[in-house]
Amino acid sequence: MNTLNPTEAFETSITDIPPAQVKLATRNLDFFYGQTKALKSVSIPFARNKVTALIGPSGCGKSTLLRTLNRMYALYPGQKATGEILLDGQNILDRKVDVSQLRARVGMVFQKPTPFPMSIYENVAFGVRLYEPLSKPDMDNRVEEALRRAALWDEVKDKLKESGLGLSGGQQQRLCVARGVAVRPEVLLLDEPTSALDPISSARLEETVTQLKADHTIVIVTHNLGQAARVSDYTGFMFLGELIEFGPTGNLFTRPAVKRTSDYITGRFG
Amino acid sequence: MSLANPARSARIARRKIANYAFTGFCFAVTAVALLALAAILWSLLSQGLGGLNLDVFTLSTPAPGSRGGLANAIVGSIMMCVLAMILATVVGVLAGTWLAEYAGSSRYGVAVRFINDVLLSAPSILVGLFVYEILVAPFGGFSGFAGAVALALLAAPVITRTTEDVLKLQAATLREAGVALGAPLSLVIREILWRSARGGILTGGLLAFARISGETAPLLFTALNNQFFSLDLSHPTANLPTVIFQYALSAYDDWRRLAWAGALLIAAAVLGVTILARLLAKEPSRR
Repeated sequence: MNTLNPTEAFETSITDIPPAQVKLATRNLDFFYGQTKALKSVSIPFARNKVTALIGPSGCGKSTLLRTLNRMYALYPGQKATGEILLDGQNILDRKVDVSQLRARVGMVFQKPTPFPMSIYENVAFGVRLYEPLSKPDMDNRVEEALRRAALWDEVKDKLKESGLGLSGGQQQRLCVARGVAVRPEVLLLDEPTSALDPISSARLEETVTQLKADHTIVIVTHNLGQAARVSDYTGFMFLGELIEFGPTGNLFTRPAVKRTSDYITGRFG
Repeated sequence: MSLANPARSARIARRKIANYAFTGFCFAVTAVALLALAAILWSLLSQGLGGLNLDVFTLSTPAPGSRGGLANAIVGSIMMCVLAMILATVVGVLAGTWLAEYAGSSRYGVAVRFINDVLLSAPSILVGLFVYEILVAPFGGFSGFAGAVALALLAAPVITRTTEDVLKLQAATLREAGVALGAPLSLVIREILWRSARGGILTGGLLAFARISGETAPLLFTALNNQFFSLDLSHPTANLPTVIFQYALSAYDDWRRLAWAGALLIAAAVLGVTILARLLAKEPSRR
């Protein structure tokens, strides 16, 4: 186990997060799509049991940053990350780290709902079965708990055996959240989780996110500045692959330190 | 008003005429294709139905002028097709999955894909000759096993290709969503992607079955034929296409009737399997 002190990662960034509260952090993280450098020396902390929002114009690297945090990019040859990503002090870019186990600890919900072609129950149980051999009653409880936490239980409790593909878009997305939390990950990555949803479904999902931070460290990428302001405790503003500014959400939105940040949040560009 | 512009309305009129002309043309061409299909089905039904009776299914191929049926050929064809489809499905689905999920644009992947495409359009008689060289000549005799292998060689490229294509059509996000839960890619493929692509993979199997069910050339060099009823695939094995070929060209009316009946049976089998697979492939609870 690597016992590097994670706080060294952001000596240079302005943050009031106490070192012990940092769950996940990147340090001088570079990312390449082939020859193209998509992240330039990004160092950012993610506080335990807080919601951190990543904002910035399209193509700024916020989704790329998210996809490094569970090494999703490793599915694709030609993509590589250099630098450090510290999860509880351990560098997850280390070759010795098993990606499957990492992803069980760092869950992800995607922009578009992606229910598996199986029943609602099986959708939620799928990930749990991978690492925990639960008995039938225990699994039933776990599925119910996950669906309740994703605010979906009441709508699906009578049709758990039906296909997850039959749900509405908003329900499907909450099913994906339920599936993600069922495996009890320590960190939950949300990649524009409401961009394909109507306003009511979005509001419900935002409520869900706020409740989930009691048990998870959450990172959310969003194009919706209002959403970032509503759900997050910390916000990072990215531009052209760089982290321009990072700080408590209230500060960043009311008194941005960098002009480019204020231009973006006041709608002058992006 | 732009509509009042004469040049513009002339252009619109021209477009309308062109539209009608092309729609009419497409309609006519479709009608020609359908007519040909209807003519084939009509001659198949009118000539084949007359020859169909219980004897066809219970008796083996007769000497000219005596009572007989196609039982040996039907059973031989079913055995060889089933065995061929089992072999081809295992090879084809695994190879297609490898090509879609693991090969990427690696050299080996590109080579395998290219060779598969070549095999896809290889003349079936060449496949028959090839199997003759490796399974018939060295082992000193024609056999149903050699026939099944020849048919499998024809079916596998079809299944490989369709499996690769339908897996590539699956959303990348589905794959990522599975992996994001901590599942290894191999499990995501087996539990999620195959399930999601089930309909397409089944269609590939069907296409392959339709292709091999009427193949005669590869069987001439491998299974040959057998006048007697036999369940033993290690000997020459009777099969419908060869019997049809032989009987249809003969001078005996009763043989020719059996040939038509056999042709009708193959067409009916392909239709039946297609319908069955469509029913199986339906996602039951999908809205």
